[in-house]
Amino acid sequence: MHLRHDERHRATLTLNGQSRSAEAEPRMQLCDFLRHQLGATGTHVGCEHGVCGACTVLVDGRAVRSCLMLAVQADGQRVDTVESLDEGETMSELQLAFRRHHALQCGFCTAGILMSCDEFLRRVPAPTERQVRDMLSGHLCRCTGYTGIVQAVLDVAGTRQAALEEST
Amino acid sequence: MNSEAPLRDSLQTTHLGTRQPRVEDEALLRGLGRYADDIAIPPGTLYAAIVRSPHAHARLKTIDVEPALALPGVRGVLTGEDVQRWAAPFPVGVRQPMAHWCLAVDKVRHVGEPVAVVIAEDRYLAEDALDAVKVDYELLEPVIDPEIATGTESPVLHEAVGGNVVNDRHFVYGEPRGAFEDAAHRLSLKVRYPRSACTPIECYVVLGQYDPAEGGYDVMANFQGPYAIHSVMARALGVPANRLRLRTPPDSGGSFGIKQGVFPYVVMMGLAARKVGAPVKWVEDRLEHLQGASSATNRVTTIEAAFDDEGRVSALRFDQLDDCGAYLRAPEPATTYRMHGNLTGAYDIRHLEVRNRIVMTNKTPTGLNRGFGGPQVYFALERLMQRIAVELEIDPLTVIRRNLVPTGAFPYRCAAGALLDSGDYPGAIDMGVEEGGLATLLERRDAARAAGRLYGIGYTVAVEPSVSNMGYITMALTPEERRKGGPKNGAVSTATISVDPLGGVSVHVSSTPQGQGHRTVAAQVVADVLGVALERIRVDVELDTGKDAWSIASGNYSSRFAGAVAGAVHRAALKVRGRLAAIAAHQWQVAADDVQFADGRLFTLDDRHSAAFHRIAGATHWSPGTLPEGEPGGLRETAFWTPDELTAPDDDERINSSLCYGFIFDYCGVEIDVLTGRVEIDRYVTLHDAGRMLNPQLVDGQVRGAFAQAVGAALYEEFSYGEDGSFVSGTLADYLIPTAMEVPDPTILHMESPSPFTPLGAKGVGEGNNMSTPVCIANAVADALGERIDPAAIELPLTPAKVRGLIGIEEPARPEGVGEADVETASGGGSKLTASDSVEIPASPQAVYDSILDPEVLQVMIPGCHSLELTGDNAYHADVTVGVGMIRARFDARVELTDLDPPHALRLSGAGKSGMGDASGEAKIRLSELGNGHTRLDYDYEFAIGGKIASVGGRMLSSASKLLIGQIFSRLSQQVSGGRIRHSLWQRLTARFHRGGDQ
Repeated sequence: MHLRHDERHRATLTLNGQSRSAEAEPRMQLCDFLRHQLGATGTHVGCEHGVCGACTVLVDGRAVRSCLMLAVQADGQRVDTVESLDEGETMSELQLAFRRHHALQCGFCTAGILMSCDEFLRRVPAPTERQVRDMLSGHLCRCTGYTGIVQAVLDVAGTRQAALEEST
Repeated sequence: MNSEAPLRDSLQTTHLGTRQPRVEDEALLRGLGRYADDIAIPPGTLYAAIVRSPHAHARLKTIDVEPALALPGVRGVLTGEDVQRWAAPFPVGVRQPMAHWCLAVDKVRHVGEPVAVVIAEDRYLAEDALDAVKVDYELLEPVIDPEIATGTESPVLHEAVGGNVVNDRHFVYGEPRGAFEDAAHRLSLKVRYPRSACTPIECYVVLGQYDPAEGGYDVMANFQGPYAIHSVMARALGVPANRLRLRTPPDSGGSFGIKQGVFPYVVMMGLAARKVGAPVKWVEDRLEHLQGASSATNRVTTIEAAFDDEGRVSALRFDQLDDCGAYLRAPEPATTYRMHGNLTGAYDIRHLEVRNRIVMTNKTPTGLNRGFGGPQVYFALERLMQRIAVELEIDPLTVIRRNLVPTGAFPYRCAAGALLDSGDYPGAIDMGVEEGGLATLLERRDAARAAGRLYGIGYTVAVEPSVSNMGYITMALTPEERRKGGPKNGAVSTATISVDPLGGVSVHVSSTPQGQGHRTVAAQVVADVLGVALERIRVDVELDTGKDAWSIASGNYSSRFAGAVAGAVHRAALKVRGRLAAIAAHQWQVAADDVQFADGRLFTLDDRHSAAFHRIAGATHWSPGTLPEGEPGGLRETAFWTPDELTAPDDDERINSSLCYGFIFDYCGVEIDVLTGRVEIDRYVTLHDAGRMLNPQLVDGQVRGAFAQAVGAALYEEFSYGEDGSFVSGTLADYLIPTAMEVPDPTILHMESPSPFTPLGAKGVGEGNNMSTPVCIANAVADALGERIDPAAIELPLTPAKVRGLIGIEEPARPEGVGEADVETASGGGSKLTASDSVEIPASPQAVYDSILDPEVLQVMIPGCHSLELTGDNAYHADVTVGVGMIRARFDARVELTDLDPPHALRLSGAGKSGMGDASGEAKIRLSELGNGHTRLDYDYEFAIGGKIASVGGRMLSSASKLLIGQIFSRLSQQVSGGRIRHSLWQRLTARFHRGGDQ
């Protein structure tokens, strides 16, 4: 894509499995594009300088901070946000575990944390608590003190491992 | 220890008290929350960006907006001139001629102060135009340190006030003077509590609209209350309160008090909308938030206790200096008075003296912040209790136990007026010691110390106030001023319940929750009272001041939900239940008391009558003609509730500042990494008695969240300012919020002593650890570092750099055979400091004089003195370790007493040399007799260092010499008086520092 700073460009991406397209100036952040152009407000913006992790989404399966990426950079890519996690009418096991372990209060940081956890559990299916905490250290949560989040992730990993062992 | 006390109306509780998962969660987990920035906006909405002052203190000369207006997409710029034309300054809580406008009009008084608002077609364009607003400033000298700001030499922020101290109040309860005179011991400690904030992850969002036809403003903002501030906003906008419709969104991304501080922007964006004739939306960014939103109040406290040999405290003195920043923004100075009634903490202390001063400095204005006033008070009080234990060589927990409000004393009226509602403090300590495993922790400390590691244990007890008395803020006024203004008191909470024609139950509360789960608990309360399933109940927590029931106490603060709002919900539910019972009783011809509610039905216990809930409730809509006489039809009830116990301050200045007082007992073990200074929390135990727990899972969540924030306040977070007032914690990479790697899992224990004053027996629990944990960690660090450090040097946050500095570097003794050092005083290239002070010693001048000449006393007087050998007439050779900054140097020193003029004056001088450099100092001492037979000891001293040790810089030298000299005379005083010290070393020290060579 040839970009000019004073023009809008059409960015087309696969958002949560659907092809979506809208115009963006080259400087528009991906988080603003997702929220205000495409209406995917589940992704939240907490610091706009890449520290808090609230805006984390998956771009082609990898967790990235959408405040540190431009919308035009995501052109042609697959972007998954918190809205992709549920399984039809019901929540995913990770979401259910978050509720069970009281892993959220205000919920503002939660979307980004869920996306990191989702990616992490696919990469590291049987993590230690230390690994979970290390992964979570890319996120700031002001409400929970993190304990519930750590427990929820370990709970899901444990359940998946048990299911795996049973099936083999 | 769970209490047996039933709900006061003995209703069944199938939902209340259970770990009910939250009704809020599914939407939030699926990305369906509706936070302020997610709300649909009107067509044609414009976006604002704010021009902020880069200077801490400056006169505003001109603002040129034309270059900005010429930029693409810019539709207008709001300045102080517009604000002066259309609005008024915010009302201030003290009687002083100081004006705070929503935009600067004459001066800017802190970095980040709003100066102008650019309004453009999108947020990016608005931000582009910020640089094009040309502001001409005339720089003024700023003042950052609150103590310096109190001085007559300080720059003044608000000239019409004449100084920076805008409020000064003095309170005496009982007979503190006599108690101090009679006490066997006294101990005083000066502490500083820094600035930090609980920083929600969502920043401020405001959407302002103006209706010129009605002359009214309609503003959506993620405001959290208290709604007393609605009056402040309406008055600033110059409209009646019904022409400021303030609305809050359904979800909030956290607040912890901080979103109270959005209110100036509510006014600002209302005016911005008026300026451009279109809706204006503003979304604060994180950089703006950190530098300009809000902060906890930093405080300097000198606290003093009178106590006996057993450590029983008879009296306390607080001298509190609160730095509220550049403006006294409502509800300040509430930080100072939120804890006033319970300043004596969990202790039975009858004599109390308090001085509170509020000072303005060139920093961001302060406001609500979780714990509000608590961390500052307990940091002073609980550090002092630890010091008493150290002084008396008694176990700190023993000192705590000896002073607790005794079991069976409740309700207990504190010296300053708090009515502690319920509890069993000694029982809670026993439980905490037992179930938290204190014995194991003590073993871990012993083992760590035996292995040469730095390990300490800290303790804290605290009462956690909740449900604020709206009258406590008037303690900043004198009784005469209060009489003039009329009494302020109480805390009205509201809840509305309606039942629709299909039997669905809708609940509205005006508590404006910020993530705590109020919707869940309100539904639990209503489900129990009306006997309907939780799913049938919908709780609405949006607040629209134009439509909903609210009052000044509405909002989300002072942990008021469980104690007050849930109680109002309960009362509203009882009103609905009463009407439904009457309708059923009329239909069935039974007594209303015989009508039961459960499982979605109304029935009688004899099984003769039964009907679905929606049938009976529906009758009020579908067939009002069948209703009993007096039943008006329709079904909607609002309950307002205010507790009788929250009375106005009395003429003796007693105030029951809160309705409920929970109890907290914390202890922890920390280990300090000697190499890096990092504080690692080994174990943390926290016991809470917050009355009846309405939902134990949410209680645990509150405790964990508060604990994590407190770990941040204790170890990492600080809003730092340069000496020029620049803000140096401007990003989240500078302002360090703890992550999952830094926050350990605390052991949480519960007791339940129901409050007799709240409808459900519950008390607040959300703020306790913000109050208790910072000082508990500090006490543990102090215990780990031991007597090597000055107690007053334990300041938060205890960052690795600070702790490493406290540990210091010990210089070893001179090896055998190495020649005696050649003692020369420090000369050129070093640092030199002169200062003077005085101390009052309860003995005659002759006794004091003789003591100084006594070699045994002299050795004790000199801190760090390993040995003292007489080498001549009043001349000694001393082996002394002195710490300056990180360096702890061991000196071979000469100490001399000269210019002897008994018993009026003498000179104490010393000079020494170490591998780390040279040092010399002397003090001219004058003794004069006071009327009470005591001696006033005045001293002028000079202190100079050279060599490596001088590289520590002026501030280090200043604090080190202050400490050293101060210690010499307080030790003397202790020696002469047997521990009775009356010194004001820290308060009155006015040090002038010179770099060597330029004097």
